[in-house]
Amino acid sequence: MSLNDSNECRIAVQLQVNGTSFAGEVAVRVSLADFLRGELGLKGTHVGCEQGVCGACTVLLDGRPVRSCITLAIQADDCNVETVEGLAEGHELSYLQAAFKAQHGLQCGFCTPGFLMLLAGTASSISDRQSARETLSANLCRCTGYRSIVDSALSYTRGKEDAE
Amino acid sequence: MKPAPFEYVRARDFAHATELLADHRGEAKVLAGGQSLLPIMNLRLARPRALIDLGKIQEGRHILAEGGGLRLGALVRHAQVEHYPIDIAGFRWLPAVMGLIGHEPIRWRGTVGGSIAHADAAAEWCLLAVLLDARLVVLGPHGLRTVAAAEFFQGVMTTDLASDEVLMEIQFPQGRSHLAVNEMVRRAGDFAIASCAVACNLLSGRAADVCIAFGGLSTLPFRCPELEQAVEGQPASEVRAGALIEIVTREISRTVDSSALTEYLLGVASDTFHQALNGCFAGQVAS
Repeated sequence: MSLNDSNECRIAVQLQVNGTSFAGEVAVRVSLADFLRGELGLKGTHVGCEQGVCGACTVLLDGRPVRSCITLAIQADDCNVETVEGLAEGHELSYLQAAFKAQHGLQCGFCTPGFLMLLAGTASSISDRQSARETLSANLCRCTGYRSIVDSALSYTRGKEDAE
Repeated sequence: MKPAPFEYVRARDFAHATELLADHRGEAKVLAGGQSLLPIMNLRLARPRALIDLGKIQEGRHILAEGGGLRLGALVRHAQVEHYPIDIAGFRWLPAVMGLIGHEPIRWRGTVGGSIAHADAAAEWCLLAVLLDARLVVLGPHGLRTVAAAEFFQGVMTTDLASDEVLMEIQFPQGRSHLAVNEMVRRAGDFAIASCAVACNLLSGRAADVCIAFGGLSTLPFRCPELEQAVEGQPASEVRAGALIEIVTREISRTVDSSALTEYLLGVASDTFHQALNGCFAGQVAS
């Protein structure tokens, strides 16, 4: 696939990504994930299954977690997108990221941006291991066996009100 | 896996969408939330010539109580219903059922209309539509029509929609005070291997207006009239799934293709009925 082909259908879009405006023409079949990575150079959003199953591609769209591999970039027209790159304040990890670091919530890190954005935007309430598991079951991890991700999620939700 | 090239048009409203569908003569697909369509397109199992995007239209976003029933615009997202304070008699269970649909990120994009039009036998909205005799409001180039769910769902992922028609609204004429859905899945969020929904009102402690449907097992969700009659009028405290097992087996065997109906599947299906029946009376809406 070459998105530079002249016969690719393109339309004009404008959107906010991590607070920065983008306006330009985008090929209609580009996923939001590929747009963020390819067009904007934001490689933190990872492409795993491209079927909407694994959640590695999770970003926030108008504050809500969505699977960017099954969202067309053009569907994000006039929307506000947040990616993992937007979590830290300069070099300072966000409270959420710090919780993952402290609780060893990652090994290879491939699934991690997806888990971070899921937790950053989830509307569900995480109060214990069971509710953490229910929310986190949206995403797959091949390394950790999930326990440390559950630990990270609980550490985050229990402490974030004090921290933020 | 990237989708094959396609043309893309934004519809201004539902009426415009039907014109665009007619122009494309069956080669276009409607894009709403895209949570069923885009994975299939990424896998290139579907290669529509054109996508007609309803994403920016103002219509079809309503959740309204009317005359004891509920009207949902086709573009209402599952998550809106999940987090909406539904204080409508007969539908208070609805937000809890939403939690069974996939996972949260899917629920923030997927739509009620999209789920119904996609007509997957394992879909929760399709199960509810069959269970409660929903009515589907369809717009075509020649105007509006309303179809009963039993006629709307016609076969495997096949509905009554013509290629130039679009689903605008889903109406549930009557709710129930008690409802439970139980799904057999290997992991949370998976498509149901078998699911059962049991709903009723209670009149002096007895089950009334009972409806029972299974999903996932067959080409479409299906009702169980004999089973419904068996539960109707029984005191809620005395209904036992175990006593109904013969009827359950008969109803399922009648509908599910015999080559597909293994002992395992029948056992699993019976268990979902057991869980849904108990859940209905115990107020455990979704499991």
